[in-house]
Amino acid sequence: MSLDIILSILEENWPSYLRGAYMTLVIAIISTIIGALIGLFIGVMHTIPHRKKSMKSVILKVFNFILTVYVEIFRGTPMIVQAMVVFYGLAAYGLELDRFVAALVVVGLNTGAYMAEYVRGGIASIDKGQYEAAEAIGMSHFQTMIHVILPQVFRNILPATGNQFIMNIKDSAVLSVISVTELFFTTKSIAGANFRFAESYIITCVIYLIMTLTATFLLRYIERKMDGKNAYKVEQKQSI
Amino acid sequence: MEKVIEIKHLNKSFGNNEVLRDVNFSVSKGEVVCLIGSSGSGKSTLLRCINLLETPTAGEIIYNGDNILDDQHDIKQYRTHLGMVFQQFNLFDNHNVLSNCVIGQQKVLKRSKEEAKRNAINYLSVVGMEKYVNAKPRQLSGGQKQRVAIARALSMDPEVMLFDEPTSALDPEMVGEVLKVMRKLADEGRTMLIVTHEMEFAREVSDRVVFMDKGVIVEEGPPAQVLVNPTQERTKEFLKRTLK
Ligand SMILES: Nc1ncnc2c1ncn2[C@@H]1O[C@H](COP(=O)(O)OP(=O)(O)O)[C@@H](O)[C@H]1O
Ligand SMILES: [Mg+2]
Repeated sequence: MSLDIILSILEENWPSYLRGAYMTLVIAIISTIIGALIGLFIGVMHTIPHRKKSMKSVILKVFNFILTVYVEIFRGTPMIVQAMVVFYGLAAYGLELDRFVAALVVVGLNTGAYMAEYVRGGIASIDKGQYEAAEAIGMSHFQTMIHVILPQVFRNILPATGNQFIMNIKDSAVLSVISVTELFFTTKSIAGANFRFAESYIITCVIYLIMTLTATFLLRYIERKMDGKNAYKVEQKQSI
Repeated sequence: MEKVIEIKHLNKSFGNNEVLRDVNFSVSKGEVVCLIGSSGSGKSTLLRCINLLETPTAGEIIYNGDNILDDQHDIKQYRTHLGMVFQQFNLFDNHNVLSNCVIGQQKVLKRSKEEAKRNAINYLSVVGMEKYVNAKPRQLSGGQKQRVAIARALSMDPEVMLFDEPTSALDPEMVGEVLKVMRKLADEGRTMLIVTHEMEFAREVSDRVVFMDKGVIVEEGPPAQVLVNPTQERTKEFLKRTLK
């Protein structure tokens, strides 16, 4: 094992590595967004007010039950198995998903199952007084969610979303079982051709690290930006 | 006098815990009414029933002649006529001071941004917080938060202001600044219903004092009567305990 070999592998295969890394990133980004949206949707569904024993409450109960089943299934099974079931299982019923689409479905639904819990926790962590204050000035549940609760939930779940994104960068490697041409799958092809397994994968390792460290760094930056300045300016004149 | 809010035979239970029993009372235009009573007697519940944060179990709430417990009644519209100030301030943490006072006007009353801002600044000046428009709630002291909360409620131009122990969560040195603002509002002739433990304040500002105990109104009348020469045994006991 030597640096020369690594460099020569890089020289020969860098476009493939780049394409693989690009695919990994695209899958991680899109599926994290999908997952966050699913999580927000589920979290908000749980907050919709309803009177006991009304029609609305029955519909909501059934709906929330289905959502809970989804969350438990995706949290309780390995993603590698989910990938096989979604891709080959659906194909058996005549629904042939594109591999890339299947990848987004699997990672997105998986992320959503975790995000649902974070969002629910994020909403629950906001003091009930703010809902009441919003209610007391006549805001609707929807307005309260949009203008008061969710902006705070976004901030609360940002670290968890970032973690999930980093997990998705790494865990998307399991998608190689359905031949999605992400970074790990690409490396397998490269190593399979040059038989330099250690060197080929060391490169991959470094690429993953660059991606995850950059993500961590960006996240911290965004969090700091969102928190804003700690000081405020006292207005001298009565103007805005 | 013209009654703004009239409550008839109001009952409220949580499960089988009867918190309010046959409460009858009213607030007239321009009147300042202080609601006193020991902790757990149902004062907050009564206030929360009035703006429907709690749904009464039975009874009527008449606002300017309409029973707002009718199914047809537009609750959100009704709530804009009541300004509520909470013990715990309950400011919107993601909004700055100005925005706390603007958001409701914009979203609920559909006022233009300019109009809402002008109105907000006006009321922030009334409570002495106009210099802090850019501050976030977490950067303010308790007394400042409560004053912003009062400005937020005033910004909706409500007909009645409801206060639920507005100074109980404050450090003693901040109680004064909030009471001062409330005194100012009372002097302006605003209709106010105030739950408070500040007896001195109640005696000075209120037109009428209502004493509640265990979910019923025991005694009501001018402060000089209820707070100085109460007729009911329970009122006397309560005053003896609190004025000690
Ligand atoms: N949401 C609730 N669920 C059950 N019981 C409640 C609720 N809110 C208040 N209570 C009960 O109602 C009674 C009156 O409470 P409250 O109106 O807060 O009294 P006060 O404001 O006079 O201290 C108390 O016994 C309290 O435990
Ligand atoms: Mg109370």
